[in-house]
Amino acid sequence: MNPNQAPRTRIRLRYSKAGRIRFTSHRDVARIWERSLRRTGLPVAQTEGFSPRAKLHFGLALATGYESEAEYLDVDFKCADVAVPDVLDALVSVLPDGIAATGGSVLLPGAMSLQQAVTICDWDIELIDVTADDLAEWVDRVRGAATIVITRERKGQQITDDLAPQIRALEVGESTSRGVRLLATLGTQPRAARPSELLTVFEPQYRPVLIQRTRQWIEQDGARLEPLMVGAAPAQHTPVGVQ
Amino acid sequence: MSIWPELELVLPEVSKPARYIGGEGGMVEPEHHPSKVAWLLAYPDTYEIGLPNQGLQILYEILNERDDAVAERAYAPWVDMEAEMRAAGLPLFSVDTHRRAGDFDVLAFNLSAELVYTNLLNCIDLAGIPVRAEQRADGDLLIGAGGHCTYNPEPLADFVDFFVLGDGEEVVSEINAAISDWKRAGKRSRQSVLRALAAVEGVYVPSLYDVVYDGPALVSITPRFADVPAVVEKRTVADLAAWPYPKRQLVPLTEVVHDRLNVEVFRGCTRGCRFCQAGMITRPVRERPAEQVRTMVADGLARSGYDEVALTSLSTADFSGITEVVSATMDCGAGEVSVSLPSLRVDAFTVGLAAQIQRARRTGLTFAPEAGSWRMRQVINKLIDERDLYGAVESAFSQGWRRMKLYFLTGLPTETDVDTLAIGELARNCVELGRAHTKNPSVTVSLGGFVPKPFTPFQWFGQNTVSELQRKIFLLRDDIKRNRGVQMKWHDPKASLVEGIASRGDRRIGRVIEEVWRQGGTFQEWSEHFDYDRWTQAMDRHGLSVDWYVHRHRTEDEVLPWDHISAGLHKDFLWQDWRDALNEVGLEDCRWTPCYDCGACTGYSIEHIVASAVPPAGGSQGTGQVPTGYQPPRAVEVQLSGVGERASS
Ligand code: SF4
Repeated sequence: MNPNQAPRTRIRLRYSKAGRIRFTSHRDVARIWERSLRRTGLPVAQTEGFSPRAKLHFGLALATGYESEAEYLDVDFKCADVAVPDVLDALVSVLPDGIAATGGSVLLPGAMSLQQAVTICDWDIELIDVTADDLAEWVDRVRGAATIVITRERKGQQITDDLAPQIRALEVGESTSRGVRLLATLGTQPRAARPSELLTVFEPQYRPVLIQRTRQWIEQDGARLEPLMVGAAPAQHTPVGVQ
Repeated sequence: MSIWPELELVLPEVSKPARYIGGEGGMVEPEHHPSKVAWLLAYPDTYEIGLPNQGLQILYEILNERDDAVAERAYAPWVDMEAEMRAAGLPLFSVDTHRRAGDFDVLAFNLSAELVYTNLLNCIDLAGIPVRAEQRADGDLLIGAGGHCTYNPEPLADFVDFFVLGDGEEVVSEINAAISDWKRAGKRSRQSVLRALAAVEGVYVPSLYDVVYDGPALVSITPRFADVPAVVEKRTVADLAAWPYPKRQLVPLTEVVHDRLNVEVFRGCTRGCRFCQAGMITRPVRERPAEQVRTMVADGLARSGYDEVALTSLSTADFSGITEVVSATMDCGAGEVSVSLPSLRVDAFTVGLAAQIQRARRTGLTFAPEAGSWRMRQVINKLIDERDLYGAVESAFSQGWRRMKLYFLTGLPTETDVDTLAIGELARNCVELGRAHTKNPSVTVSLGGFVPKPFTPFQWFGQNTVSELQRKIFLLRDDIKRNRGVQMKWHDPKASLVEGIASRGDRRIGRVIEEVWRQGGTFQEWSEHFDYDRWTQAMDRHGLSVDWYVHRHRTEDEVLPWDHISAGLHKDFLWQDWRDALNEVGLEDCRWTPCYDCGACTGYSIEHIVASAVPPAGGSQGTGQVPTGYQPPRAVEVQLSGVGERASS
């Protein structure tokens, strides 16, 4: 049988990344997933050609050093009857410390890719060398600004962006043993705004010790949906672990 | 105990922070205890280079299996990390549990290349103890070193407390026992543990020897005590089957070199290539039983999730029944596992093997003819018939490969420009062969400057000067330039010179290494950090002559800095082989022909363990048996030039 015509299942998985493994890169995590899935022995579909690779489709890259409660990837399997609970079970013993698969759903054919579909992310940023009051003042200034121009370098060119429309929410969170938390919701389209960029606005003197992505959202008709719920096949394929 | 909370704050500031986190599959987080000797096994280069080192991983497992030892690992921090660590007052640390180096009893280095010597000093300094052994206090960390470079330990003799020669599997437990006694006695006398270590066979404690010079010449290196051996013999594991390690190869979270399952199929090589130190010092050949190889491959793939396995050795095609093992390996992963065979001899690369290997994935293909002309290959005893090379290249192109790499050395004894230019000729012919199969065949010539190494027949040879190597490189580059499909890469001849200083240097070279390190000269094997002038200036400042150490031909009666070390090889065997080289006489592989009594087996009452009584079929097989009807090119008459007049014609 031509493998291209074989029945397929695309499963969307949600996973967390925390602890020392947070210092691995997006590329490293992709390789970790490839090896881990191979160890499960599950029938993951492969690309054609001289260097076959597992068909994995990753969502938004997470910067090296950040933690996350909500990373996603879509995995193609080369048969029709792969069940989400089985995949999640098989992954428990093969994923390294710090990475855990926390949910999944079977996608309908033609579901939009993660990179296109996700529109906003929630962030939890732990800052040190700052008091809650100072941080609140800074938050007010940022929220009050009509435009926030940031410059970044791309292929040797200086590019300017307006960050203001990308800052969808910003507030001071609880104090921690080391500092204060800042909670932010940042847009991802057409280009994902980064917490590190937010923290350059008005050049504050404090620095982050831990940045965590807590949620990713797909906005549809004014509603916020968890990526496991969008494009998921209903009925017999109940999503597992929806947040 | 762990310095992770501090490290965590520093890691966002450095490049590739995953180098410092550990967490590999197979990692051990051992429980330290006063009754256990704590080893910090260090590789003095970056994590990416050091992590795959099999020697280090084997000792890591063996020590952690013992109940009187624990072992963790450390790698040289990159320059940005070093700066952060020094600024934050953080010492060298283990990646396993992020303990300070000072919490261990032994800091033991694997030394695989001379250019990392300054990194070794840097790691000792970062560990927080004096770099000079004589300045260490009784209870300070013990500094040990093993690996191929320790066959000439003298350049590091002032910094390392003890060196280990040869295979580490057995001796490491004996060393552990000696250190355990010292630890139990409260680490009161450093002298006592050094004396105990010197009594372990295979261990060299340089501070227990007196060195006598006469002007530039070395006169003797002799033990200061009667119970310290005059000659330290290497250790050899008689049977590799008894040591199926690593059992749990470390699977890193970030990308490293050789990022695949590596299974050692045999140790040692008796092909007798005269430039090759690894072949000479690891004799005799000890094959792993094919069945054990298959088990290690199957288990390793299942637990690691790798889809590539390398069957490693110094010449894997010589492994008895290699085709069957490759075939069984490919079947392991249901056609999704690729096999790479590093150090593949061209005469064994047949269409059959080529077809096997590319079943799953076509990995890079590298052949190492080492020299361009048949005459030159006779001198270095790499007896590959040109037709075998062409046969291998043809097989590869016919099986769909479009590019390959060919390794050569320049600066070999008796080399003339005819030999150098013959490299270009070979490469052109390979590209021509490819044209029949593909539109754009590509052959990359990788050219290295030859550095003579201890315990080889070429240990007496005066290395080519930087300008002579550079001239030969450019000669070949200009010759190749016009040919489409042939690319050339080369090794910096200045780096070869520095390697030459350390490779055959004596104890006085230690001052040069220390000075280069003090001036910030770490990561010298990285071209962006290599600083040639620092080395030559340091040599000058200490009144040491580069010409004397590197370019001078040694004489038969000269005392060599490693004469008190034994790799089993008789010095007169090596000298005879050196004379044979100059006479262009090849020597057959003793694996399948009678013994020459080089000493590697006879001296230790061991022998080859080889499953097949005959050489692998096909080709000249490097056995010295030139196929009948083959007319080697007429030998060019060359005489070895004297000191200072290396032909620049
Ligand atoms: S002792 Fe003999 S058989 Fe053993 S490696 Fe030397 S020459 Fe070969």
